[in-house]
Amino acid sequence: MESEAFIPYIGVIQDIRQETPDVKTFRVTGRDGKKLFEHIPGQCAMLIIPGVGESMISITSSPTIPDYQEFSIKKCGCVTEWLHSAEPGQEIAIRGPIGNGFPVDTTFKGKDILVVAGGIGLAPVHSVVNYMLAHRENYGKIQVVYGSRSKQDLVFYKELTEDWMKRPNMEVDLTIDKAQPDWDGRVEFVPPYVKDLNPDPSMTVIMCGPPILIKLTLGNLKELGFKDTQVFTTMEMRMKCGIGKCGRCNIGNKYVCKDGPVFSFDQLGELPAEY
Amino acid sequence: MYTLPLSQLDSFFEAVGTKMPLYIPQDNTSGKADFVRWTKGAHLSKALKTVRSAKDFFLPKTETLVSYKLEGKKIEIDDPRKELEDFVVFGVRACDAASFAIVDNVYIKQTPVDTYYKNRREHGVVITLACTDPAQTCFCKLYDIDAADPKGDVSAWITSDALYLNANTDKGNKFVEAALSLSKQNKLSLSESDDKAVSAQQKDIRAKTEKLPFVHLDLAKFAGSNMMNVFNAKLWEDLSHTCLGCGTCTYVCPTCMCFDVRDFDTGHGIKQFRCWDSCMYSDFTKMAAANPRLTQKERFRQRFMHKLVYYPMEHNGLRSCVGCGRCLESCPIHMNIVKVIKAVNESSDVPVPTTTKGAN
Repeated sequence: MESEAFIPYIGVIQDIRQETPDVKTFRVTGRDGKKLFEHIPGQCAMLIIPGVGESMISITSSPTIPDYQEFSIKKCGCVTEWLHSAEPGQEIAIRGPIGNGFPVDTTFKGKDILVVAGGIGLAPVHSVVNYMLAHRENYGKIQVVYGSRSKQDLVFYKELTEDWMKRPNMEVDLTIDKAQPDWDGRVEFVPPYVKDLNPDPSMTVIMCGPPILIKLTLGNLKELGFKDTQVFTTMEMRMKCGIGKCGRCNIGNKYVCKDGPVFSFDQLGELPAEY
Repeated sequence: MYTLPLSQLDSFFEAVGTKMPLYIPQDNTSGKADFVRWTKGAHLSKALKTVRSAKDFFLPKTETLVSYKLEGKKIEIDDPRKELEDFVVFGVRACDAASFAIVDNVYIKQTPVDTYYKNRREHGVVITLACTDPAQTCFCKLYDIDAADPKGDVSAWITSDALYLNANTDKGNKFVEAALSLSKQNKLSLSESDDKAVSAQQKDIRAKTEKLPFVHLDLAKFAGSNMMNVFNAKLWEDLSHTCLGCGTCTYVCPTCMCFDVRDFDTGHGIKQFRCWDSCMYSDFTKMAAANPRLTQKERFRQRFMHKLVYYPMEHNGLRSCVGCGRCLESCPIHMNIVKVIKAVNESSDVPVPTTTKGAN
């Protein structure tokens, strides 16, 4: 039977957590309380709020969690604002999984991994990091460099400080944009911080954040000897269908929804810079 | 091949049209033609082409994808589709018929399949019609489309005194069988024939299309290996300068297949529908945070890059244009794909590629 790509699942929001002043994490299952579908870290889902709209959101939780999926969502448009005012028990419609995901079981295997993220950009890579932690023996060192506007805006702060920081062979470097009284850590933008940390250019890099962070960090990594083939990112473009038909998320001849959202920078380098 | 005296054409349409939905080009009130469902008294338009292409039959302007009923926190989902009836479209020109293969590549051949579109394709019988009098704006020959031998399920030719039909597919054979039996019941003389008259007409059509002004344009520069050079050329600024962003070119184009997905509150529930959209519109790629195609230059460039470079790279060099000429006739500022091809060819900015990767 052909899959009906436009007919969504019904998802139930089981739990809502406030991560930062404008980011909430939504735990979603089917009506039967089970996971709606299996996914690969880096894949997305179309969250549909009938009558409000729909948004392509990356799946924040690791596929190794057996019972549910989580979406960490920043309030910044109609759909996300609506979600932020929703309560547990609310049903939504979901189409997914969408996209290719990160090459966690191929290219990343056996590598030391550097994760660079800014703001809500940690959400899509959160899934990758927790997947790697669940299959720890397949990866070398994991280093996470993460920055946000302020301490309050660091998403998953508790998990970062109480779990990731305590893991063996894992390093978490946090930074915020402006000094504040309850912060004795680093105060700097992410790109110069990455340069300062001087990561080994043999590492494989996963980057996600605002375009300016990605652009400047990529430049700094190249100065340190990293090559485009080693650096992966996940792209964001407006989408409607998520299955390569509606025609709006292309970068050159590639569609972010079906050929991406994960690209390496050597792949992006061959495409027009229209993103 | 089968033939029917032209004097019996209206009766033939009546025989078919009373049995199944039949659409034929009919004159509209503005002196042009549209595909309209046959009703008693309808006549086939003599116009060369319909205002909008035949893509409407398979990718309608709007269609409901999913219906939702909301109650408190609960959502009920309903697939609104009903069983489709077989239908016949007569008089599709060679260009429009070629456009179906271009859309099929994306909607059917590329997984996941768009079942909404596929259902319609499976239920529609396409009867094409050779163009005895191609217009100066026609350039299907540039893409190796033969106006004298249009494809589709059944090919048709109309000479001064007869209609000729030739089935190309299983669906086409079934239609011809049905037509033969309908013809018997209605005392019409649809009968087997040689192809002499058709061959003569084909020779004449090919001689005419050969002489059309845009059929020998050079597309060598629009190769996949040349993507970055064409994309980065300075000429897009000038070419797009007067573009109004009205999207008319998109709506009349048989190969434009982009759509938007929106919600409609019926008062009893929500209908999520899709409707034609245009990459020429400012909000086509607009997101909450940014818009990667900020000015008309980027939008304009996208449309032509997609038709001539991006699409061919993904589909064995097949261009996503069929040379129907509708955009040449309908653009309010007289900008069109022919002018774009010529400008790129004349530009020293864009080198002729040495290798042809993907396209050509």
